[in-house]
Amino acid sequence: MAVLVDKKSRIIVQGFTGKEGSFHAGQMIEYGTNVVGGVTPGKGGKDHLGKPVFNTVADAVEKVDADTSIIFVPPRFAGDAIMEAADAGIKVIICITEGIPVQDMVKVKAYIEDKDCRLVGPNCPGVMTPGEAKVGIMPGFIHKKGRIGIVSRSGTLTYEAVDQVTKAGLGQSTCIGIGGDPIIGTTTKEAVELLMNDKKTDGIIMIGEIGGTMEAEAAEYVKMHGTKPVVGFIAGQTAPKGRTMGHAGAIIGGAEDTAAAKMKIMKKCGIAVVKSPADIGKTMLKALEKAGKLKTKKKTTTRKKRTAKK
Amino acid sequence: MNLHEYQGKELLAKFGVPIQRGKIATSASGAVKAFKELQKETGTKWAVIKAQIHAGGRGKGGGVKIAKSQKEVKQHAGNIIGMMLKTPQTPGGLDGPGKLVRKILIAEDAYAPDFDACKEFYVSILMDRQRKQNVIIYSTEGGMDIEHVAETTPHLVHKEYIDPTLGLQSFQARKVAFNLGLSGTAFKNMTKFIANLYKAFVQSDASLFEINPCLKDVKDNIIAVDCKVSLDDNALFRHPDLAAMRDTDEEDPTEVEAKAVGLNYVQLDGNVGCMVNGAGLAMATMDIIKLSGGEPANFLDVGGTADAARVEQAFRIILKDPKVKAILINIFGGIVRCDRVANGVVDAYKNMGNIKVPIIVRLQGTNADIAKKIIDESGLEVKSAILLKDAAAAVKKALK
Repeated sequence: MAVLVDKKSRIIVQGFTGKEGSFHAGQMIEYGTNVVGGVTPGKGGKDHLGKPVFNTVADAVEKVDADTSIIFVPPRFAGDAIMEAADAGIKVIICITEGIPVQDMVKVKAYIEDKDCRLVGPNCPGVMTPGEAKVGIMPGFIHKKGRIGIVSRSGTLTYEAVDQVTKAGLGQSTCIGIGGDPIIGTTTKEAVELLMNDKKTDGIIMIGEIGGTMEAEAAEYVKMHGTKPVVGFIAGQTAPKGRTMGHAGAIIGGAEDTAAAKMKIMKKCGIAVVKSPADIGKTMLKALEKAGKLKTKKKTTTRKKRTAKK
Repeated sequence: MNLHEYQGKELLAKFGVPIQRGKIATSASGAVKAFKELQKETGTKWAVIKAQIHAGGRGKGGGVKIAKSQKEVKQHAGNIIGMMLKTPQTPGGLDGPGKLVRKILIAEDAYAPDFDACKEFYVSILMDRQRKQNVIIYSTEGGMDIEHVAETTPHLVHKEYIDPTLGLQSFQARKVAFNLGLSGTAFKNMTKFIANLYKAFVQSDASLFEINPCLKDVKDNIIAVDCKVSLDDNALFRHPDLAAMRDTDEEDPTEVEAKAVGLNYVQLDGNVGCMVNGAGLAMATMDIIKLSGGEPANFLDVGGTADAARVEQAFRIILKDPKVKAILINIFGGIVRCDRVANGVVDAYKNMGNIKVPIIVRLQGTNADIAKKIIDESGLEVKSAILLKDAAAAVKKALK
């Protein structure tokens, strides 16, 4: 089984009938994702995009056995939506919403701590297991089923990495967008750990950015328990101190959360750190080769196939 | 969003946190009037004239003065209002241009009548990202740079973590007061101070409160003499009164303009402008510019809709900066189609007419090939690229 989501995941969409929710739920269904329904308070009993709408997450769990939820609820209600999903027994909660107040997330994090669930996000592109489930807002067509796991705090930069991996003739096992907020559910380390223990993953790409200490913790984990090649990149090498760079969590507070400091620790822990984001794909290829996890012949054929297609 | 000292104090006072009282003035004569009123209300003999700008270390640059008479109030106020105040925290530091002082706070002398009998503490509240909890940081070493205290005498900096579901407990407020070495009335006042301060922090959705110094005066009152308050922008929808306190004079004018049209822009010092969709990719694009031999002139996230109108707005904002020698547009089209962005770039370029710097457009993702064709066939002085490494090479070439 893949990491976090696969073809058996029973997915509901919170904020199902809203503009964002409708659009992306449609895209997910089109990709072949197993969307079993959605939740919009007050619209229970109706059908939307050919799937049942429920008033509460608890109803969706009871009636259609939902075990995974993706949240498109506006920021002021999103914290509440996460807690509702956790309370109803949803196992994987993926929150796309950007702009949730930090103090709301402080409470949410404490609330879900004892619950048997995993939160991914908020402020993230979602989770993608190519060929099985697209639970997010990422463009499906750039992905290809394969054996590289990707962990990232950003959206379009993740797509960039995905695209490079696909163009390098490799593919992705699962891509986890963990989110750009100061408080998020699944940390870099936890996501790396999931992929490290996944039998379908041969190599891991870890994309971080300035702010916080998550990448350092992940690097320490890789040093202690790493069994697969890891390629790393930190965005914001040129970011000034004390300014929020788009993502609420991307702000340099002290000496430890600069890009340079993080890259140094990652390197020390055995991660192949790239300075340029243009080198992610080719560095992964090299790292796999070095680890003996690449059949060179196979690589060339896939490459040729792709060019032929074009 | 940051507040001025006087705004922060207003906020604290609403929650029953005792503050050093003061009045705001924008002219020397206004300062004298404010001083007279303040004397009537508080009985203060002297006044402290404090420049109101969004930066710490104001005293070091001459932005804080003690006035012992009306004449001195007028004199200091006249000197401070309109000055370009340089502090270690203003742009460029003490060697930079400084920040224009528009307002001053005429504050009571909280240390009267016996400066030496007073004691200064340090108290701050913030959210600890690692623990995902709010934390009160406090020290007996008030009035000093806390980072320096933490480095040289870490045992003098204490931390109290707050349970998110239960909030601050009485024992925690007592612990703070005991650790600060207080007893009697001062002890009681400090526990009240901490409790109200924490309430203010949570209920205003603050991201930082820094009270330095926090003063024990001769009557054992605990008073916030200075305060730095930052608020969570994402929570301002809950606080229209606080949102109205935004002082755009303190922000970069181009950033204010960008914000008004929904662009996320941060002004930097370099020579290559950039326009990107997504914050992470925008930071990565800045890094690419640096690796190509340039320096990023800005951070700009155009967000999800990169149509002609938006691209044009972004162009106009980037080109306001005369240092910009080239522009790199980097769009990864997922939901946004690259051909639409390409048309947007071409239309914006034509609308603007006289763009004199080389432009490199990298469009990748949905319909990238069609997009490249649109750019290449437009006849405009625009270099196109699909791969990031090709875009980087084009930037390098443009800078030569």
